[in-house]
Amino acid sequence: MTKSPPSPRRRALLFLVLPTSLWLLFFLVLPYCGLLVQSFLGTNEFGDVVFSPTLDPWKSFFKKSLYTGTLFYTFKIAAIVTFASVAFSVPLAYFIAFKLTRGKQLVYTLVVVPLWVSYIVRAYAWKIILGREGILNTFLQWTGITHAPVEAFLYSQWAIVIGLVHIYTPFVLMPVYTAFENIPRPLIEASKDLGAGRLTTFLRVVLPLALPGVIAGSTFAFVLTLGDFLGPLLLGGTDTMMISNIVQNLFGTSNDRPLGSVVGMVMLAIVLLVLEATARAEKSFASLESGRGRFGGTA
Amino acid sequence: MRARGGVDPITALLGIFAAGVLAFVYLPMIVVVVYSFNPDAVNVFPMRGVSLRWYRAMLDNAHLMDALRLSIMVALGGTSIGLLLGVPGAIAMARHDFPGKRILERIVLLPLTLPGIVTGVAMLSFFPLLGVPVSLLAVLIGHGTFLIALTLTQVYARLKRIDPSLEEASADLGAPPLTTFFRVILPNIRTAIIGSALLSFTLSLDEIPVTFFLIAGDNTLPIEIYTIMRRGITPEVNAISTLVFGVSLVLILVASALGEREKER
Repeated sequence: MTKSPPSPRRRALLFLVLPTSLWLLFFLVLPYCGLLVQSFLGTNEFGDVVFSPTLDPWKSFFKKSLYTGTLFYTFKIAAIVTFASVAFSVPLAYFIAFKLTRGKQLVYTLVVVPLWVSYIVRAYAWKIILGREGILNTFLQWTGITHAPVEAFLYSQWAIVIGLVHIYTPFVLMPVYTAFENIPRPLIEASKDLGAGRLTTFLRVVLPLALPGVIAGSTFAFVLTLGDFLGPLLLGGTDTMMISNIVQNLFGTSNDRPLGSVVGMVMLAIVLLVLEATARAEKSFASLESGRGRFGGTA
Repeated sequence: MRARGGVDPITALLGIFAAGVLAFVYLPMIVVVVYSFNPDAVNVFPMRGVSLRWYRAMLDNAHLMDALRLSIMVALGGTSIGLLLGVPGAIAMARHDFPGKRILERIVLLPLTLPGIVTGVAMLSFFPLLGVPVSLLAVLIGHGTFLIALTLTQVYARLKRIDPSLEEASADLGAPPLTTFFRVILPNIRTAIIGSALLSFTLSLDEIPVTFFLIAGDNTLPIEIYTIMRRGITPEVNAISTLVFGVSLVLILVASALGEREKER
């Protein structure tokens, strides 16, 4: 298979791979390259992009604290969402993998299915729960815990965090569960036979072996939050803009595409760096195969 | 060693926590479904009765119904593109070596791993240079592109588990490549193809970032829901959400059942 194939095979191969490659080249690779080029271009007085190379968009990105500040705010939200999703996923995945004997497959399916359920519907759900006249507020008044609607639930940083943790927890759960499930059970028994307690076994045997899965899950949550623009738009307030909302504004109302391209390129660079770093970290911990790829482990 | 059947406190606590997380994941979706039968215009607790009012309102809402139709069309078109280009791509990747294969392997994953918004603005900026302005066609190409990635990875994963010597045997016995494809390869990857088609359809039905930047004029369903949400909310959205929820649930369960059945072989 590795030697150069005979010519009919070669022709068949060309027939197979050429259309796909050309499609990806024109509709994916060139657009990304175009974005990079656009980040070095200027605009005329109408806001149209003109072909005059300049470094100005990059300079204004690093000069304005709005952009770098929003970037750090986005990092903060992404870190909180990642931490919370992992904190929710690890015990649940552990419980399904090690404690459930009956209905294991059913519970796992229950956990993974929401991954495919409409993002917009789930964000909408939080809106009707947390809103001023929403279900939580009317529930609290019905029980008599509060007497007036609490305004602070929706349109806040915490509404974004709750919504995103809800949306991204299944993404984290999947690789963490796979990692737990792949740990050979004799290793755990051996640890116990050698006199290790439950906590020691968990910390010294189970967790290190599950770490690649935890890293993969954290990567999903972090990267997906980093690129999210609907959560802040629908659940956040006026002061909770994230980096994607800046891209959206620069390509929309503000109409400064070169600057928007700079922000987009910065996002790309960060995401690629995070993916590269975590792929390496996973490899250095991995002794067992971990399910990688956002859609790799479902079907 | 604890006795079978006896539950110790740590396991019990773990169980309660696990149930809590499951509730957190499911409660919002259950709320949407339950409140789609709300007789009132506001989503208040407790609900006063049961009514199909919002399902009727949904059916009468021309914008929403047009959006649903458009979404189904885009999803069908995108899924077709994904299959037509993803399946051959997967076969080439799994069975042949060619220059640039490693690069292609990485590129095809980009639309699944990179933020959708960046892909969206990149397409928005570049498609007009290819003669494709923001339009339904642009949306279709955009969806097709990330669905190629989805189909290719799913079918590739299946092909990797099938012994290539089957195909070599077929070729040795004198079968031309097309015969080998239809009689040997296709039967083996059929469920993977159906599974990825179902997932593609569901994913396209819900896609926002790319559509958001490429759509002109009519809205797809998620964009229409987004527009309604920005204006203020009406329980019609509960009704249409419940519908979408139900349909995607069925598609996903079928897709994952197909995946499971293959694994057991």
